Amino acid sequence: MTAVVSARHLGLTFRTNDGDVVALSDVDLEIGKGEFVSFIGPSGCGKTTFLRTIADLEQPTSGTLTVNGQTPETARRDRSYGYVFQAPALYPWRTIEKNVALPLEIMGYSAPQQAERIGRTLDLVNLSGFEKKFPWQLSGGMQQRASIARALAFDADLLLMDEPFGALDEIVRDHLNSELLKLWAATGKTICFVTHSIPEAVYLSTKIVVMSPRPGRVTDVIESDLPRERPLDIRETPEFLAIAARVREGLRAGHSYDEGAV
Amino acid sequence: MSQLQYFLALLAGGVSLIGLVFGLISGPLEQALLLKAFLALGTLSLVRFLVPLGFWADAALAFLGTVSVLTGIGIFSPAPAFFWLALVASWLFAWLFVERFSRVLAPGWRDSGGLGLIIPIVFGVAILVVWEAITRGANVPQVILPPPSMIGARIASSIPTLWADFQQTFLKAVLIGYLLGCGLGFVVAILIDRSPFLKSGLLPLGNLVSALPIVGVAPIMVMWFGFDWPSKAAVVVIMTFFPMLVNTVAGLNAASVIERDLMRTYAASYWQTLMKLRLPAAGPFIFNALKINSTLALIGAIVAEFFGTPIVGMGFRISTEVGRMNVDMVWAEIAVAAVAGSVFYGVITLVERRVTFWHPSVRGA
Repeated sequence: MTAVVSARHLGLTFRTNDGDVVALSDVDLEIGKGEFVSFIGPSGCGKTTFLRTIADLEQPTSGTLTVNGQTPETARRDRSYGYVFQAPALYPWRTIEKNVALPLEIMGYSAPQQAERIGRTLDLVNLSGFEKKFPWQLSGGMQQRASIARALAFDADLLLMDEPFGALDEIVRDHLNSELLKLWAATGKTICFVTHSIPEAVYLSTKIVVMSPRPGRVTDVIESDLPRERPLDIRETPEFLAIAARVREGLRAGHSYDEGAV
Repeated sequence: MSQLQYFLALLAGGVSLIGLVFGLISGPLEQALLLKAFLALGTLSLVRFLVPLGFWADAALAFLGTVSVLTGIGIFSPAPAFFWLALVASWLFAWLFVERFSRVLAPGWRDSGGLGLIIPIVFGVAILVVWEAITRGANVPQVILPPPSMIGARIASSIPTLWADFQQTFLKAVLIGYLLGCGLGFVVAILIDRSPFLKSGLLPLGNLVSALPIVGVAPIMVMWFGFDWPSKAAVVVIMTFFPMLVNTVAGLNAASVIERDLMRTYAASYWQTLMKLRLPAAGPFIFNALKINSTLALIGAIVAEFFGTPIVGMGFRISTEVGRMNVDMVWAEIAVAAVAGSVFYGVITLVERRVTFWHPSVRGA
């Protein structure tokens, strides 16, 4: 299996006026092609920072990181990933279809190509019929789906998602989670998904990376043996609960270490 | 009926009643019959506390009161108490009408079409009527405040002069200076944005220029650019440049971090980010500057004409006619300036609504 993302002894220290803050320390991780990897941990554990480092939005201060075998910067310039932020970040002066067209315009796709891709990705996230709406005319869940469509539009093989459903209510979230799984099955993309919900992480992932804070580091990597086909009620099965228990244990271990250190 | 409406209705009827009593005891009955008739009907309106009256009745009373007051001005000199009471009563009826009418319109005033215009029109007419009645009824000297009818007659009789002044000051000095000043401020803001060196050098300089007193700058501009409109346009450029510069610089930083990060993940170039994100996001700021500048430009051009000009222009006319005690002409120019300034501002606001339709302040309105 070729590694899409490969981190070796990765460290990142922010220099602030109050002194150095170690956001990531000695992170080793391999993410293979087609995997669905969740990053879970309390706030401050560096899960978002790690995702931003993959996206070349932050620069590591030590260790090495490759994306598709290249440096993160080259990978970004090759447009090799789509990024979904915590907020939809749709531009309010553009309609939904024009928002999805934004990366295509920037990357120089022709008008017919743009139209075809907008139709296809909006269909994929079940937003057909809302092309001409403005973002502020849609619900929060629909806005976030539009932002996923935007990240999918240019067919990058890697999808980076930073708590995309964090601001949504439980019911909408369940719905979007199962849609995301279908989408992953249909497209075969590699997905890195940051969350702080244990059920969400277990339900979605083939691999769960448990992280802990101060300094941000990986405390456990759990390979999930759940089948790829996952109905929502899989969350009641013993296998699911066993994995959830292991994640919870990993989080607790990170915490007690933290308290012991202080 | 709300508390305010109740109070207004009581007051309007009460004032009419007192006015009627004063009217009946002073002078012969047939004098100013219309005024007395209005006061009698106004007193009758007190029956509304027994039988509800529609708000159109208040409109009719306000209208009748206006007509009777305006026709009654010439009859007496000086005007008796019941004339003033009739003026107050018709004003109260107009207020009551607008108050009740706006309550009725409030739920769906967006789709009421032209009816929404009635309120500002009633408001404007009421001010003009009160102005006319007070200046003429109390024999206010024209130098202090001429009645609107006199200003209107002056406007009608001097249209060629007013048009020439408007052309000279507004169409040449204001518009050209405005376009140059705003355009320059915008371009410099874009240049500054790319270079921290220019930012720290040019912003204080712009600040300094905007702080220059216009009465000091205007004569210097006359020395530089001559007596005709270019020197006035130069003053307008100086006045409008800085608001545009500061607002555009602020607007270019208005896009959120997450929106910029998004552009970065697409490896977008500087110009792509500018055109597709930062300039649209700066739109509300830029339109703010355009609106501020529309009034600044008019003031600047008119004041600049006080310091040397050919014998045409709104500022020139105001300064010379004041010297000749032709205050009605001064007011005529003021009226033209007020209308021109409002229309200018209104046009920019309409464009703003079309361009920044997405901004919460516009889409909520």
